[in-house]
Amino acid sequence: MAADLPPSTSLQPPTNKRFNWRTFPWWLVAIGLIIAYMGFRIISDPAYTNIFEAILTGLGTTLMVTGISFICALILGLLLGLGRVSRNVLLRNISIGYIEFIRGVPILVLIFTISFAVVPALSKGMGLDPSKISLIARAIIALVLIYAAYIAEIFRAGIESISRGQMEAARSLGLTHAQAMRYVILPQAFRNVLPALGNDLIAILKDSSLVSVLGVREITQVSRLSVSSSFKYEETYFILTAFYLTMTLVLSLLLQWLQRKMSSNVH
Amino acid sequence: MSTKLATANQPMISISNVSKFFGDFRALDDVSLTVDRGEVLMIVGPSGSGKSTLLRCINHLEVPDAGEIIIDGKHVKPQERELNAIRAEVGMVFQRFELFPHLTVLENICLAQQKVRKSSRSESEKVARGLLEKVGIPEQANKYPPKLSGGQQQRVAIARSLAMQPKVILFDEPTSALDPEMINEVLDVMLTLAREGMTMVVVSHEMGFARKAAHQVVFMDGGTIVEQGTPEQVFGAPQHERTKLFLSRILH
Ligand SMILES: Nc1ncnc2c1ncn2[C@@H]1O[C@H](COP(=O)(O)OP(=O)(O)OP(=O)(O)O)[C@@H](O)[C@H]1O
Ligand SMILES: [Mg+2]
Repeated sequence: MAADLPPSTSLQPPTNKRFNWRTFPWWLVAIGLIIAYMGFRIISDPAYTNIFEAILTGLGTTLMVTGISFICALILGLLLGLGRVSRNVLLRNISIGYIEFIRGVPILVLIFTISFAVVPALSKGMGLDPSKISLIARAIIALVLIYAAYIAEIFRAGIESISRGQMEAARSLGLTHAQAMRYVILPQAFRNVLPALGNDLIAILKDSSLVSVLGVREITQVSRLSVSSSFKYEETYFILTAFYLTMTLVLSLLLQWLQRKMSSNVH
Repeated sequence: MSTKLATANQPMISISNVSKFFGDFRALDDVSLTVDRGEVLMIVGPSGSGKSTLLRCINHLEVPDAGEIIIDGKHVKPQERELNAIRAEVGMVFQRFELFPHLTVLENICLAQQKVRKSSRSESEKVARGLLEKVGIPEQANKYPPKLSGGQQQRVAIARSLAMQPKVILFDEPTSALDPEMINEVLDVMLTLAREGMTMVVVSHEMGFARKAAHQVVFMDGGTIVEQGTPEQVFGAPQHERTKLFLSRILH
């Protein structure tokens, strides 16, 4: 039965530090070079510099929309994910219904529907003036409601990946179901889903470009506005592309580093 | 309500007419059994005979479909609040240890003390260190369970149960996931507990432990108790054909 023992060490960091051209990340070098080349053009070419500075004015909005949306979607997604695996029939059905509804509609369509139909209807229902709700707030609400459904499925998978014995061990010690979830299941599930959550953070960052359709002045919208007066399509969209590429690359490297750190800390 | 009536000669565990179905399959068929205070009861039987199911019915990890279970005068019912209180007093040790891999050894032993018993951090750590001393691995306190050997992990699991000061500990094949050279370090801890008067229900085929520690042995087959008695009776002079057949297989 020795084979049944849990592995004592998994995920060892690679010990072989020698250069290996087969495993070397050439793609990373290539993308890095593209970004570096764009950087060089931005510094050396005044036309590029101007456009870069124009797009830069939208960066704060992009980062803010992404950050707030992701954090709120994490919280709502966790609640939905818990509802999804709940033993309560009503809670479970509400959660599944919501998740399937959102996942069955394109994100762009949902952004319109939520911003121009759901938010106005709800705010009227609560006695608020819909015109007082800014477009950026609507954009964030839309991204949160959409991504919560996707993140809920990640949490569900994470919770279900923890063996039943863990819950049983916790319950046999007298912990309530909620305590067992909180102190035993979720911390382990959370660690398991960290890579998937990281992917969703990157996905929200990219999908924040969709809220340009609402007129929110994030980098995509700022680029479109800039192009409509300058007609410098090539420069503008190359720089915009470099913006997203840089951000997603940095994020994904950061997340990989974080993950490696966490797994080497414990196991 | 009957708590006050609990007396020294009332059994610690009384199982009456318990049945359990999985779908149409009858895993336990009208099982009745009592375990006295300080008694070590061993349950043996072939795979699928319902040993684990019976053990798990005692603390309601499986809720029986019929019959009743009384632990120390308290009727075990599926209602959460009472059940949690009873479970806190009934330890359980699993075949696969089921330590919490994201917590250190010390935190594993402290968790339920803090969350269920509401004891302070320093208090619970003191208890935990004492118990690690008792199971012989005080130096492993700050390691994470996956770093320990199987035998060490199981000893931590026993310490984790003991931290709740249980009235009973249920063991479900505590040594069958262990490499042979680690079995004795776990059995030694269990022997110590037995000598100290802990009430124990042990599903195991470790004959050495049975001879040294068991007061009563139950042989199960097909969801029923086929035979029960002292280890000498059941192992030495089995009355039923099924028992003889089973023993001839595990003893060789
Ligand atoms: N959750 C479950 N769902 C369906 N069937 C189950 C479940 N748990 C146990 N059983 C069945 O009930 C029977 C008794 O199982 P149990 O685990 O109690 O046997 P056991 O005596 O502990 O066997 P082993 O020595 O293999 O551990 C088996 O046939 C098993 O397949
Ligand atoms: Mg079993």
